Amino acid sequence: MENRIRTARPHVTRNEDLIFEQTSPGKSGVDLPPLDVPAVSVQEFLGKDVYRSDIEGFPEVSETEVIRHFTRLSTWNYGVDTGLYPLGSCTMKYNPRINEVVARLEGLATDHPYTPAALAQGCLKVLAETARCLAEITGMDAVSLQPSAGAQGELTGILIIRACLAERGNPRRIILVPDSAHGTNPASVTISGYEVKNLKSNSRGCLDPDELDRAMTEDVAGLMLTNPNTLGVFEEQIQEIARRVHAKGGLVYMDGANMNALVGVARPADFGVDVMHLNLHKTFTTPHGGGGPGSGPVAVKQFLEPYLPSPTVTQASDGSYYMDYNRPKSVGRVRAFYGNFGMAVRALAYIQANGSTGLRQTTQDAVLNANYVRSRLKDVYKLPYDAPSMHECVFSDRRQVARGVRTGDVAKRLIDYGFHPYTTSFPLIVSGALMIEPTESAGKAELDAFIDAMRSIAQEVEEDPQFVLKAPYTTRVTRLDETAAARRPVLRWKPAQE
Amino acid sequence: MRYLPNSPAEREAMLQATGHKSIEELFAQIPAELKLQRTLNLPGPLSESEILEFFRQAASQSGRDYVSLLGAGAYTHYRPVAIDALLSRGEFFTAYTPYQAEIAQGTLQAMFEFQTLITQLTGMDVANASLYDGSTATTEAVLMALRITRRNRVVLARTLHPEYRQVLQAYVQHQGVEIVEAPYTSIGQLDMERLEASLKTETAAVVIQSPNFFGTIERVKEIAGIVHHSGALLIVTITEPLSLAIVQPPVDADIVCGEAQSFGVPVAFGGPYVGFLGAKQQFIRQMPGRLIGQTQDTEGRRGFVLTLATREQHIRREKATSNICTNQSLCALAATIYLTLLGKKGLKALAEQNLSKANYAAEALRSATGSPRPFAGSHFNEFVVKTPGDADEMLAALREEKIIGGFSLEQYYPELKNHLLVCVTETVNRDSIDRMAAVYARIAARSNGEPVGAMNQSPIRGR
Repeated sequence: MENRIRTARPHVTRNEDLIFEQTSPGKSGVDLPPLDVPAVSVQEFLGKDVYRSDIEGFPEVSETEVIRHFTRLSTWNYGVDTGLYPLGSCTMKYNPRINEVVARLEGLATDHPYTPAALAQGCLKVLAETARCLAEITGMDAVSLQPSAGAQGELTGILIIRACLAERGNPRRIILVPDSAHGTNPASVTISGYEVKNLKSNSRGCLDPDELDRAMTEDVAGLMLTNPNTLGVFEEQIQEIARRVHAKGGLVYMDGANMNALVGVARPADFGVDVMHLNLHKTFTTPHGGGGPGSGPVAVKQFLEPYLPSPTVTQASDGSYYMDYNRPKSVGRVRAFYGNFGMAVRALAYIQANGSTGLRQTTQDAVLNANYVRSRLKDVYKLPYDAPSMHECVFSDRRQVARGVRTGDVAKRLIDYGFHPYTTSFPLIVSGALMIEPTESAGKAELDAFIDAMRSIAQEVEEDPQFVLKAPYTTRVTRLDETAAARRPVLRWKPAQE
Repeated sequence: MRYLPNSPAEREAMLQATGHKSIEELFAQIPAELKLQRTLNLPGPLSESEILEFFRQAASQSGRDYVSLLGAGAYTHYRPVAIDALLSRGEFFTAYTPYQAEIAQGTLQAMFEFQTLITQLTGMDVANASLYDGSTATTEAVLMALRITRRNRVVLARTLHPEYRQVLQAYVQHQGVEIVEAPYTSIGQLDMERLEASLKTETAAVVIQSPNFFGTIERVKEIAGIVHHSGALLIVTITEPLSLAIVQPPVDADIVCGEAQSFGVPVAFGGPYVGFLGAKQQFIRQMPGRLIGQTQDTEGRRGFVLTLATREQHIRREKATSNICTNQSLCALAATIYLTLLGKKGLKALAEQNLSKANYAAEALRSATGSPRPFAGSHFNEFVVKTPGDADEMLAALREEKIIGGFSLEQYYPELKNHLLVCVTETVNRDSIDRMAAVYARIAARSNGEPVGAMNQSPIRGR
């Protein structure tokens, strides 16, 4: 028996070709209904200079093959549904199935964005209600659902700050960004026409009000702060920080990427935040989808409402909803139509499922889970900052590096234990970071298995570091050569040369 | 709460392990005065059936019983059921950006296939793994051209989607970029003479759309000649890429970008959609967004990884080519599945059906109104019609017939009062077209010889 297994050829499920390599001319995965109008002679209609007769290399396969192809590919992926996905700062939490069902309802999925308002009251109401809920959760006064993702929310928020300050007479030149920030922060600032000035975190991993004072001049438009920050630490001084920024005429932007630590417990509006974004795909369970679509609503205090992107969904005196395009002070439009509506549907379904009490319990569980992992791993992995953790904890690979093993290697070995790795090498202020965010979606049993795995790997590093360096061993492919991929980029399939 | 896996006893055990006495202690770092002292004013908690009921109610207040002739950047096409069957696999939709390639080969290979399909359709050498939508893809293409040419002037065709033009404006408003508009001719195409006259040496790029916002197919090759003569780059935006199955790809462009929503992504009141961007090989390192590259594992097997990340924000921070972090992976996957299902033959046949239906509708409206289309250039599945009488009155009359009759152009083109942009895809049947034409004929007969009524409603709310 054993012998037979050893000689069996690998099944195609472990060795799926590109779809282009499975093509055989003449096949298609759809049959169109008959045309009920006279067929146009297309070549004649378009003319021979415009007419295209063939798409070279395009796939030709049956529906059965399509289903098998993508099903096989899916089995090479690890998702939140597979198990713990503790990718720090990404909030990989469970994506409720009801969200997917309601987002696909006929009427919500099928209304065209230019459907007359009178025929789109359902969609408009969903947008308005989602915005209202997000305003309540953050304590802010107005919300735009237009930004497509967190990074676009950041850009929108900084444009709003700029528009406000410009109207006050001087848009200023600089935005302050702590060195622990996500890379999107400085990149978004640059597009907004501002210069980035980095602020050093203090020994607790937080922003020090005195460090802020040194940088906070009349030339500074605002501060961009993530809270809890990327170490998972609440910026305890945030009120004082906001006060000092405001005293010099600047505004405070909060990156809400880590709102999963705060929902139902504290509201950014009370911290002194003027404008912030949320990530519906993090805190509000819209699926990450293998890297999008996201959604990055922007929430503002009342005085910034006039600058929100245009249009905004508005309620008329008769109770009906419409899109208001008459927004002369708006920063403009950051994408076509109204944003990722389908993500608003899902986020609202999630909020409804929880209510206030459920959201608060969710936050508590997320924070408890992170602290549990921290307390059970801190004797084997180094905690570079001792400040208390909220929804995520960050270790350093300092001890493992002594044996030649880095955070990325531990991560690869974790795959063999059946878990998705944590975030590696971020935040940049920690050398060799292991950033772990379990979220509330893991139960104790799963966390214990994860903790056991991490402890076991730490032991392997001590006993046989070479073994860890070659992990993973159980995946369809072993470590991939990223250097070769970047040196001579192959970004598309091409037919083999005859 | 049904999504939370921990029991009260498990929570208690975990809390003890942390050394804390209460959950409250875990939040001790938040100053007391910043803690919320009340429950939030939110709906819920609701059971699953209650949630379903809420959204069913909302879905009933929609245009779902109407035939829609709306296009203008979002297109209603039939979506084969295999798409949602595959998208619903948790391994796809609950995964994230494939940073850990060994356990993300599914997403990576599918995105490599997406990139390949886009290059095959557009005729570009390379394509990225998607961007937010067509409007941001166009904007990113322009930012890319500004970097490549180190110039700061951009010429936009007036026939580029008006909302795409607004998005570009919002992005570059503080970057000292001069934006110039190139007008259209009487047949609804880019005015090449005026374009040529407007090109100066500092022009970084010219952006055109084809089929353009009026549905008219542009003469890309000739435009490319003029643009390249001035040293600028040509960016071609495509909002209805189904056209590429029967229309020559814009191979003379430097960057081709647009919206791939047509390929299996629902119109969903404006999003999520899926932008694409392809370019010539030499611009690869200036491209925005995620790129998937082919490589090998330690045993020589083919595999795929995120590549050229040194362009990106998480490495380059303020010097990155773009601030983008996510792409639209799941929508790009939908497009990949859709294109694979239809394939070479199916996509072409579908495009031909769209063209035939649109042509049938255009002819029906011509004979109903007794006047030719305002713009005589070749179209794909969209065209402009001048309404006999008032456009709003026409739209209202069509609504009586359960038809959403098109997009009123006046709101973005004041010079096109009483002009509708009409889109006819394969989802519109002959009977609906005939009923639409009958309404046109009736109103044309009535208003024949009469002056056109003045519009008195604001363009948006009046729709």
